[in-house]
Amino acid sequence: MKDIIQITLYDRQGEVHHLEAPTDMSLNLMELCKACDLPVKGTCGGMALCSTCHLYIESDHELPEASHEEEDMMDQAFFVKENSRLGCQIKITERLDGLVVRLAPEDEEF
Amino acid sequence: MNSRDPIQTDLLIIGAGPAGLFAVFEAGLLKMRCHLIDYLPQPGGQLTEIYPKKPIYDIPGLPSVLAGDLVHNLMEQIAPFEPGFTLGERAETIEKQEDGRFMITTDKGTQHLAPAIAIAGGLGVFEPRKPPISNIAEFEDNGVYYIVKDPADFANKKVVIAGGGDSALDWAIYLAEHGSEITMVHRRTEFRGAPDSVEKVEHLATTGQIKLITNAQVIGLTGNGKLETVTISANDDQEVIVPTDVFLPLFGLSPKLGPIAGWGLELDKNAIVVNTLDYSTNVAGIYAIGDINTYPGKLKLILCGFHEATLMVQSAFQLAFPGKKLSFKYTTVTGIEGIHPAS
Repeated sequence: MKDIIQITLYDRQGEVHHLEAPTDMSLNLMELCKACDLPVKGTCGGMALCSTCHLYIESDHELPEASHEEEDMMDQAFFVKENSRLGCQIKITERLDGLVVRLAPEDEEF
Repeated sequence: MNSRDPIQTDLLIIGAGPAGLFAVFEAGLLKMRCHLIDYLPQPGGQLTEIYPKKPIYDIPGLPSVLAGDLVHNLMEQIAPFEPGFTLGERAETIEKQEDGRFMITTDKGTQHLAPAIAIAGGLGVFEPRKPPISNIAEFEDNGVYYIVKDPADFANKKVVIAGGGDSALDWAIYLAEHGSEITMVHRRTEFRGAPDSVEKVEHLATTGQIKLITNAQVIGLTGNGKLETVTISANDDQEVIVPTDVFLPLFGLSPKLGPIAGWGLELDKNAIVVNTLDYSTNVAGIYAIGDINTYPGKLKLILCGFHEATLMVQSAFQLAFPGKKLSFKYTTVTGIEGIHPAS
């Protein structure tokens, strides 16, 4: 079993970050971004109640389906696309090795 | 009392979430009167507004408690101390008075005077989420409204509603039934609101009382000072221009630090930096407790907010009652002795 997986993240300026994520700390993508000092606010603390960890999944990894809470939040978020997810709802597991994600624009910029 | 006289209190608490409410209890034990200001129309902060039905498991002594019940219990716990509330108003400005007290004025002009201020603002002020349309500010209050204050304003008007949640559905139904011409724009084909409301909207769509445009969003606004059209883009990138009098983007609330950001307090990543001795800020007399503050090792937990509130009032006591000696007493020894606001 892999203890560390690789995740590629593009920030809002398009710059690439190669992240190493431990799979044994029950982290989610939002927490990983915060731990790596990426500009992800995670205002609500991971309850799918804000959309500050909104990101796009750009690789074809199969992810667990979004919960009702996540879908509800997505209805209130902006810049939502087919591949939109909330980072806080995606657990870091071995199956995500090689995942490619891109941060969605922030609401507050407007 | 003249209604224009400022509200006077010993400890003015900004934010009526769990940390702010519990501060009333701890301050009450020290005979300090408290008044709370909150922008939401009811006490409880995010617990009441966002997740009243979610269970919380880390309140000491309560294996599981619903967020809404916790707020209810806190309100009961502080009732003997008769706190005052200014609800539905946002603390806007702060001014130090000659006598050392602070004057805090809300967006509605309500004035409050206190020698000590505790900011318990949580995530900040909950404000309507504004869609990213570049010129939307131009039309705010001139056709674009984020909240419906008086639905009668929209009678017999063309109204475009964007959003798929309960408030979008409820207003679409209400306004359609009261003579407005409703176009509803939603990002998806299905709605996630209360089943009754969804059914009703779908029914009104089949009878033509609501025009439903799904898989779509509003991307542009035009008008000359006053809103005239919205541009709607469907997922297949077709754009339609719809003439309208009113655009109601209803996308829920999102928290912002708000006016407090301009009060001269030292901030770190949208949180107020405090000294953990007494949770004082860099401005003497102003404290910050709960999720809104930050210090090395900070955890955003309700129970930490309770602890911070308790230590904070010991320090604020010296400002409320200069020169008085504070003697610490257990509630098991003294019980709870209520206080009444000074007449």
